[in-house]
Amino acid sequence: MDILLNIIYLIATITFIVGLKKLGHPETAKKGNLIAASGMGLAILGTIFIHELAVPPLIYILIGLAILIGSIIGWLIAIKVEMTKMPELVSLFNGFGGASAALIGLVEYSKNVSDVTQATTIVAGVIIGAITFSGSLIAWGKLNGSLKSVVKIPFYNPINNLLFIGIIAFAAFMIATGVDSQLLLYALLASGLAYGVLFVLPIGGADMPVVISLLNSLTGIAAAITGILYDNMVMLVGGILVGSAGIILTIAMCKAMNRTLGSVIFGAFGGGEAAVVGNKTLGSIKSTNPSDAAIMMNYASNVVIVPGYGLAVAQAQHVIHELEEMLSKRGVNVKYAIHPVAGRMPGHMNVLLAESNVEYHMLVEMDDINPQFSNTDIVLVVGANDVVNPAAHNDPASPIYGMPILDVENAKHIIVNKRGMNAGYAGIENELFYNSKTSMLFGDAKAALTDLVAELKNM
Amino acid sequence: MTDFLQFIEDNLQITYILILSIFVGIEVIKSIPAVLHTPLMSGANALSGVVIVGAILVMLHADPADYLALALGFVAVVLGVLNVVGGFAVTDRMLQMFKKKK
Repeated sequence: MDILLNIIYLIATITFIVGLKKLGHPETAKKGNLIAASGMGLAILGTIFIHELAVPPLIYILIGLAILIGSIIGWLIAIKVEMTKMPELVSLFNGFGGASAALIGLVEYSKNVSDVTQATTIVAGVIIGAITFSGSLIAWGKLNGSLKSVVKIPFYNPINNLLFIGIIAFAAFMIATGVDSQLLLYALLASGLAYGVLFVLPIGGADMPVVISLLNSLTGIAAAITGILYDNMVMLVGGILVGSAGIILTIAMCKAMNRTLGSVIFGAFGGGEAAVVGNKTLGSIKSTNPSDAAIMMNYASNVVIVPGYGLAVAQAQHVIHELEEMLSKRGVNVKYAIHPVAGRMPGHMNVLLAESNVEYHMLVEMDDINPQFSNTDIVLVVGANDVVNPAAHNDPASPIYGMPILDVENAKHIIVNKRGMNAGYAGIENELFYNSKTSMLFGDAKAALTDLVAELKNM
Repeated sequence: MTDFLQFIEDNLQITYILILSIFVGIEVIKSIPAVLHTPLMSGANALSGVVIVGAILVMLHADPADYLALALGFVAVVLGVLNVVGGFAVTDRMLQMFKKKK
């Protein structure tokens, strides 16, 4: 019996590696996901049915019920969620995984407390699981807007670091003394939860994807630690794969925003000092209307569309596709310029545009499109702000200084669609709007683009 | 220090697997285009739900009279399954959109 289960775990482990590998290529990604999912299903079924324990039927019923409930809820959420809500969804699911790891530790502690190795893995699982759970929930709240303000706590870093050291010391004490107290374990759980909240709360919205990726990685580590506890290879390898992949992904995202991991965790992006630039006189603003914008675009030969999260919020992905098709039909060369962190997480914009049937080859990545802006007649910026902010190049005081951006100011003319003159997600003023080549097309993205399309139709 | 060395000696296989897995994870992810970062994150997130295996083990090992353990295990299984099923399903939905060609 044991041999069969171990072989199933081995197969599952292989599917995880192959699946993850295939997820890395656009053509094979879907297959990769299915391969990993089937391996996971196999591992779950094997765990339930192949063992030598005499398990009362009641427990089987409970397990079946739990799986049924979890599957139905998970499936419904996955089917119904809007693609714009993807980052918060990943964060929420990730929190559930972390909570699951922490709960396992709570049950297993008293049975294994005498063995130092086992006690260490359990305590570590509880702490990491608790941190990822509360941290992910805070990230979720921040992304969906229910936790809006950036919370500033005085002496934040010392308090946070002290709490972290305290947790480690507390855990070391519990392991060293082998004290069998559920009460202390719950206290440890509570302090882990508190640390998760404190860890994520002061981090600014723009850095949230990095945090989610990091928390994702931590859940993997929690799963791996639980794998050591049970001497279970599929959990160990699966968890470590997610852990190390998550770290690499986190670093890749930091690079795309020209931030270091340390500055994300310890510096509050989009915080107090950032808004200072706003009071400088930056010149005057020119506004335009859909009819003029339509005429300009109709007679242009090269148009680049820069979509941002504002486009998705206004549900204007479909209208922009219509606009792009119409211009293409009239012989205008249209492309989309995709910043690596456009949307709310890397690659998010690609998903959103793919949803509205935009052809994959029309999406051009930043490094490829940047040299082409000087040959571009019109750049249409819709709902994007920080990723086209020249302050990243020329204002060393700006919090986004050094971040790679789309060099739209090199184009002959720039049309920016925005609801109003509010600053972007990172809370920074954008001098692009005051550029003499820029015209502002104020209004809700969907309404403005619909007007634009209507004007084009009449031409 | 000697405790730590003893730990490695006692768990030599696990230590090897641990270190090799770290490198496999890094190598597999290293050259992934930014386009796929969102589905990849979501897929990796679903994989971390492998913790469900541990949650099922908790329930299998639980004493049927230990209601607390059963309740905690039950919640752990529900949350783990949510992570796995929801994660894979939403990743599939996202990738479906990439495939859709007219």
